[in-house]
Amino acid sequence: MNRAEPLILGIESSCDETGVGIVRGGTLLSNTVASSMDEHVRFGGVIPEIASRAHLEAIVPALDAALKEAGVTLDELDGIAVTAGPGLAGALMVGVSAAKALAVATGKPLFAINHLVAHVAVGLLAEQVFADGLPENLGALLVSGGHTEVLRVRGIQDVQMLGSTIDDAAGEAYDKTARLLGLGYPGGPVIDRLSREGDPKAIRFPRGLTQPKYMGTADEPGPHRYDWSFSGLKAAVARCVEQFEARGEEPPVADIAASFQEAVVDVVTAKAMLACKEHGITELLLGGGVAANARLRELTARRCASAGITLHVPPISLCTDNGAMVAALASRLVMDGAEPSSLDFAPDSSLPVSTVLLP
Amino acid sequence: MTTILAIDTSAIASAAILRAGAEGTEVLARFATEDTRSHAEVTAPAVARLLEETGLSGKDLDAVVAGVGPGPFTGLRAGLTVARTLGFAWCLPVHGVMSLDAIAADAVAAGAPERFLVATDARRKEVYWALYANDAGTPRLLDGPHVQRPADVVVDELLGAGGAVYGAGAGLYPEELSPVEAFARTQPDAVALGTLALERLARGEELLETEPLYLRESDAQVPGPRKKAL
Ligand SMILES: [Zn+2]
Repeated sequence: MNRAEPLILGIESSCDETGVGIVRGGTLLSNTVASSMDEHVRFGGVIPEIASRAHLEAIVPALDAALKEAGVTLDELDGIAVTAGPGLAGALMVGVSAAKALAVATGKPLFAINHLVAHVAVGLLAEQVFADGLPENLGALLVSGGHTEVLRVRGIQDVQMLGSTIDDAAGEAYDKTARLLGLGYPGGPVIDRLSREGDPKAIRFPRGLTQPKYMGTADEPGPHRYDWSFSGLKAAVARCVEQFEARGEEPPVADIAASFQEAVVDVVTAKAMLACKEHGITELLLGGGVAANARLRELTARRCASAGITLHVPPISLCTDNGAMVAALASRLVMDGAEPSSLDFAPDSSLPVSTVLLP
Repeated sequence: MTTILAIDTSAIASAAILRAGAEGTEVLARFATEDTRSHAEVTAPAVARLLEETGLSGKDLDAVVAGVGPGPFTGLRAGLTVARTLGFAWCLPVHGVMSLDAIAADAVAAGAPERFLVATDARRKEVYWALYANDAGTPRLLDGPHVQRPADVVVDELLGAGGAVYGAGAGLYPEELSPVEAFARTQPDAVALGTLALERLARGEELLETEPLYLRESDAQVPGPRKKAL
């Protein structure tokens, strides 16, 4: 195995994107993503079984496209990497089955890696954010439709979960709210757009888990100091819409959208900043699909600037779930001397962030 | 000589390498689990062990054959994903065989009557089933596959009184499905599936594509319109 500049193919199937990416060392060669998003529109959210069915149909064409785009053959690869978790169990199974089959067919080593850490590792690709390696005092704020968390990154193999959502992911809250407001799916882009026409201060929606009993103090942290909850917010939006309707008034959709977005973005960034401050984090990577949200980027940038934190945002195509981030993480691990995973591993839908690579 | 790798994960996970020659079909190596819930873990490693046992590699194979179900979704997809990906990596054709045919082939070999049913466990108190004819020693699909509650399978109407139902689906619901004792725990298996595929290829028959036979829609419900508060 070439450990100096390994050629790695990465497979991602933890949610509704079938991603295959290829990297050589820290250089991105290809990044193919097929999404089943359109098939979820009529349901207003990701349906795991529909996503899994779509993965089966998309995986071989995605492999073919990624290899062609990179101009490499399977024989030339140094290793195969795959998301082992966290994610939707049935969806993970497809990517894992494909990766194992590729490893068997080619005899190449297999690396079963952590999806969340891969979101961070994407920053290691050349011309992305950390060309010279991970900086000191690094944190990551990952906001997506499938997961939402703030991480402390001491090294690519030393990642600690500081906080996460205890119910819906932030992107999921967008989808559910968009459905309530009759705005269709996915909710993120449409709410972001409509919010520009609304008043974010029109309605004061709750910021979940911000009461003192959850927060505690820096010295005596409460049980959810850096955690989020978005289910109460969704209920508050529903109540608000009902109150307008009960009065026979048309709900002010743009104001509700803007106020909802402000509640999400405010609490996400406030808690992330608190976690950074209390853990000496001075460099923050923003990742996940919701990193595409203009208001989230804006407020994160502003709050980072005033807290003296340097913000790094990879290109959006590498923030959303993709195979290149999986390959990027495995490539780094191979360069660091990591041993491959056993072919017998089981995908783990709740894989902890402390497990970067399965044995 | 034709050498194939057969995989079925519609119930248990199984895989086999088989070779058809002048003397008939030879099973070079085989693997099967008892368990019906670990397919994503075990299927590809099993293929690796079969290759090791036989000393063969992908370039020694002529095709990959996969059971296309019906079967529980996640497990079924594991086998189809492995089969399709191996076919892609080895540049081999990948053929499908309906998984219940595997049990039907074994049933015919054991002297099944002229008409018989095959049933497997579909979970949620239902069975997958199909109606077959014993066509001079080869199974011929007459109807199905379907997914139904055992009580709704009209065995007497399809087979007459005392009809024979083969497969673990019948064994699970003996009251409704008059199981053939010797087949009351039989699951679709890659050896039977591969043997059947080789026979069909030898006769010049077209095999199926590898589209999965889910038979059920995903459980997703299209959300109804939100009730307006008035
Ligand atoms: Zn993600």
